Amino acid sequence: MDQAQVIKRTARPRRGSLVTPIRVATLLGLWALWEAVAASGLLFRDVVPSSTKVVAALATLLVSPDFYYNLELTVAEVLVSLVLGASAGVAAGLALGAARFAGKAFEPYLHYLAPTPKIVFLPILLVLFGVGPGSKIAMGTLSCFFPMALSVATGVREVDAVLLRVGRSFNLSLAQTIRKIYLPSLVPPIATGLRLGLGVAIIGCLLAEIKMSNRGLGFIIMQDYAQFRIPAMYAALIAAFAIAGLGNALVSRFVRLPGGGS
Amino acid sequence: MAAAFARSRFAPALTGLALIAALLALWQAAVALGFVSNLVAPAPTTIAASFPALIEEEGLLQRFLQTFLEAFAAASFAVLVGTPLGWWLHSKRWAGSAYENWVATFAAAPLVLLYPLFLVIFGRNAVTIVVMSFLTALPAVVLKTKEGLDGIKRVFINVGRSFRLTQPQIFWKIMLPAAVPTICNGVRLGLIYALISVVGIEFLINFGGLGELIDDLAQRWEIAMEFGAIFFVVLTSVCFFYITEKLERWIRHR
Repeated sequence: MDQAQVIKRTARPRRGSLVTPIRVATLLGLWALWEAVAASGLLFRDVVPSSTKVVAALATLLVSPDFYYNLELTVAEVLVSLVLGASAGVAAGLALGAARFAGKAFEPYLHYLAPTPKIVFLPILLVLFGVGPGSKIAMGTLSCFFPMALSVATGVREVDAVLLRVGRSFNLSLAQTIRKIYLPSLVPPIATGLRLGLGVAIIGCLLAEIKMSNRGLGFIIMQDYAQFRIPAMYAALIAAFAIAGLGNALVSRFVRLPGGGS
Repeated sequence: MAAAFARSRFAPALTGLALIAALLALWQAAVALGFVSNLVAPAPTTIAASFPALIEEEGLLQRFLQTFLEAFAAASFAVLVGTPLGWWLHSKRWAGSAYENWVATFAAAPLVLLYPLFLVIFGRNAVTIVVMSFLTALPAVVLKTKEGLDGIKRVFINVGRSFRLTQPQIFWKIMLPAAVPTICNGVRLGLIYALISVVGIEFLINFGGLGELIDDLAQRWEIAMEFGAIFFVVLTSVCFFYITEKLERWIRHR
């Protein structure tokens, strides 16, 4: 259901092959197509602006203190969401994975609720937490919780039974079993949950900002849209995608560190 | 007695339902006792009572149909475009090497954030919703089609060749049946992604079916009906995922 399922098998480009020239040629072709559409006047003026205008708008955005002021809030919202959603997800995943009966009773609800569009809960979150950062953090937390909980629950069930039996024979307490057996074995699923959770937390926070806010990167995008500053809107979108990509790359790097990860 | 219940096949499902019933009762009590304002979270009975109005006055079922049709159209386009693309990436090794990672990156990209851009290009209408949802569903179909075709055992094709089957015969009689389960998984994922995207974009642009209804009700502060509509969306999604999952399993086992 999650993106890991979709992207788990991707080809690695072979060295010394035609891959790089093909990719460069494709990018050049797409750029030429973009410029041709921009120059053609087929769409309303500036709907597809020339790439030079977008680059100029991106440069303006990147030197603007206003951008960093808004970016700071968005990054803070995402990080708090990630901490809250991941903590709750790990706790729920441990509980559901370790107790077979609880897993059978409650995990189907998590499994089926996970892919529902979380954005529809935004009106409730706005009522509960207001239009400030609280509702954005709640949105990000809600989005992040499900991939983490499901990933950890699956991970717990895959913990080596021999280790658990050894733990029992040494009379380990529940806390010791969690600390000494479960958590070290759960590094890869937690890391996978973090990667998936970060992606959806970023989307959740940004969508909530776009829908209703007075600060943040999503707010910048919506302001540019409302005032028809299209090159600036493209620049803000590029920045948002770059941040999402950077976040994903950082977590993926972290995923590889502990021991192979996913 | 308790041990016999715990051993019963239905015990986990009944326990899950009992917890939901207990939570609903707790919610009802919290509202009745004034711990939770009816304006913030109306009691479950109030939400249930709003359903007739949701159906008659707000056209819940027509909106459901609209959302479903938009999702179906987006997913159908994704299948029409995605399966040949997956086949192309499988059959042309250079294309697979050059573009498969791009498609995977595209699958992970937060495409929904681009909706202001699509609004500018296509306007606030169903085209924006369908095009964005098509793009959201497409990578899953492409990647799963390629995965299915890549995963066919070489020996099957060699057996086909030893029987002197032509290339189209090998495709229709060996490759396609072998790849169908994985392709179906891609189609199911595409349909699910399309539905999520359609509801989300309807909500964001305040246009269309169920997503628009929730946004509309929130703006009119019809809290009970808003909760009812959200409940309906969640229920619809859960039923949809359940049915498609069962269908996929059925196809896999045939």
